[in-house]
Amino acid sequence: MINNKPCRKIFTETILELAKDNPEIMVLATDSRGSVTLNEFAEKLPEQFIEIGIAEQNLVGVSAGLATGGLKPFACAPACFISARSFEQVKVDLAYSNTNVKLIGISGGVSYGALGTSHHSLQDIAMMRATAGMTVILPCDNTQTKQLTKTLVNFDGPVYVRMGRGAVEDVYEKEAEFIIGKANQIVDGTDITIIGTGETVILAKKAAKELKKDGISARVLDMHTLKPLDTEAILTAAEETGKIITIEEHYALGGLGGAVAEILAVNKPTPMRILGIPDEQTVTGNSAEVFKHYGLTIKNLCKNAKELLEK
Amino acid sequence: MKDITQLKNKATDIRISLIKMIKHAGTGHTGGALSATDIIVSLFYNTMKHNPQNPKWEERDYFLLSKGHSVEPYLCVLADLGYFPIEELNTFSAYKSRLIGHPNKKVPGMEMNTGALGHALSVGVGIAIAHKKLNKPNRVFTLMGDGEQAEGSVWEAAMAGSHYKLGNLVGIIDRNYLQISGNTEDVMALDCLEEKWKSFGWETLTVAGNDIEKICSTLDCIDYTSGKPTAIIANTTKGKGVSFMENNPKWHHGVPKDDEFEQAIADLNTLYI
Repeated sequence: MINNKPCRKIFTETILELAKDNPEIMVLATDSRGSVTLNEFAEKLPEQFIEIGIAEQNLVGVSAGLATGGLKPFACAPACFISARSFEQVKVDLAYSNTNVKLIGISGGVSYGALGTSHHSLQDIAMMRATAGMTVILPCDNTQTKQLTKTLVNFDGPVYVRMGRGAVEDVYEKEAEFIIGKANQIVDGTDITIIGTGETVILAKKAAKELKKDGISARVLDMHTLKPLDTEAILTAAEETGKIITIEEHYALGGLGGAVAEILAVNKPTPMRILGIPDEQTVTGNSAEVFKHYGLTIKNLCKNAKELLEK
Repeated sequence: MKDITQLKNKATDIRISLIKMIKHAGTGHTGGALSATDIIVSLFYNTMKHNPQNPKWEERDYFLLSKGHSVEPYLCVLADLGYFPIEELNTFSAYKSRLIGHPNKKVPGMEMNTGALGHALSVGVGIAIAHKKLNKPNRVFTLMGDGEQAEGSVWEAAMAGSHYKLGNLVGIIDRNYLQISGNTEDVMALDCLEEKWKSFGWETLTVAGNDIEKICSTLDCIDYTSGKPTAIIANTTKGKGVSFMENNPKWHHGVPKDDEFEQAIADLNTLYI
């Protein structure tokens, strides 16, 4: 069942509660307080809210300065802008300078649907994970977003977080352990492993349920942290299930699939499929339509799993 | 203000030190380094609160070198003040050295890794906001290049500096009118720079940027508790102090040959008072 609140709202509610007891927390926005759902934060804790205006480069640079001055900034903006427009500031002022800044990219992937490629962030994982010093995390549901937000407050170092725009179904029925860099095995299986991240984890979980009806035992990994990557979970899955499918709301270049393939190619070559957005300008449509168009579906996961197992 | 003669001679020491360092390393952004020397000497030997024995001293003022390629006088000043051993200057740009061609936090006394232009004023805005929020009097001095003013992010930061009324923030522009391709007015015209900064809401001052007495007195007369950040257009000469380097864009980066090196040292020695 779809939640009545999106992850970004869970983030803003959680950070508001945490910030009340922690005056070092600063939340920044780029004329994005509405889209991030920060109006309540700005009203209740005005001294801890910093409006930057439509200037993502400055957003990241100012955040680096706040961290240098001893504060804990959370810089919030649409993922498409915070990742691409300010990428050099991310590279130099955050990653290279190792400043304690959290970047919260909201409405990531194809969340903005028909607004077009300018508003999609489908290369952000590739960019961020290719940047030495960055940690990259995609939470998959409300429960995990809440846990992640609490974890980030006490995590020292630059992190890029991407979450979607719409409300999502819960992957986790109750709070599960959340450790940065450690994948969660949410379904055990022996025939094949499906690895998802962010909004594709629920698809992987449901596909495993479907496959079970056909007698296929699929393991599911929630790879919430893209960097540092849980190589142990990937190699164990390859060893124990022999086949891997990845699914991501990202170009199929340099994202989750690429990251998993890099590990497997060197350590344990394993038959795999990478489901993602192809290297083209995305089709017009809402988020669900774009997912369907490119096969980011339970049905396509099952089809690929069966094809891999027939080989 | 400290003794002006001593400060001027210190600037000459630093110029000689950086020319030797560049000669030894076989690399360096020589022209801009000589251009910026008097500004950096004024800040570290007169204006700023800082403590070489405790680089992270909570009461320190912050210096950010946004034109990171002018790292040479910054390094020579920090070494001279005892932030790290002066002999280490011989490792400048060497394999595995922490003294690289741009500021790096591994060097005691350096606050941020810079090098990409148009970044540090934003960082300065953040540091200044943080200290205002924490009710601390620390000040932030950011040194930019004039060619750097073409970066749009400088003006994003300029807007934020005045919007947040950051009297504790100073942006200094090393206005030598030269960038790597030639005269700034030919590459991408900047004049009138004073009007630009004024229109962005900054208290804007113009100073002879190679005159230590004037730089120090300008920095000393700023009201850092006002609600306005300060921009200082420091009119400088690229290659200042070395006759054949002055106003010559060829020396944006470059290493003097042996005879040029002798000439440079001889020229600089005449500056001692």
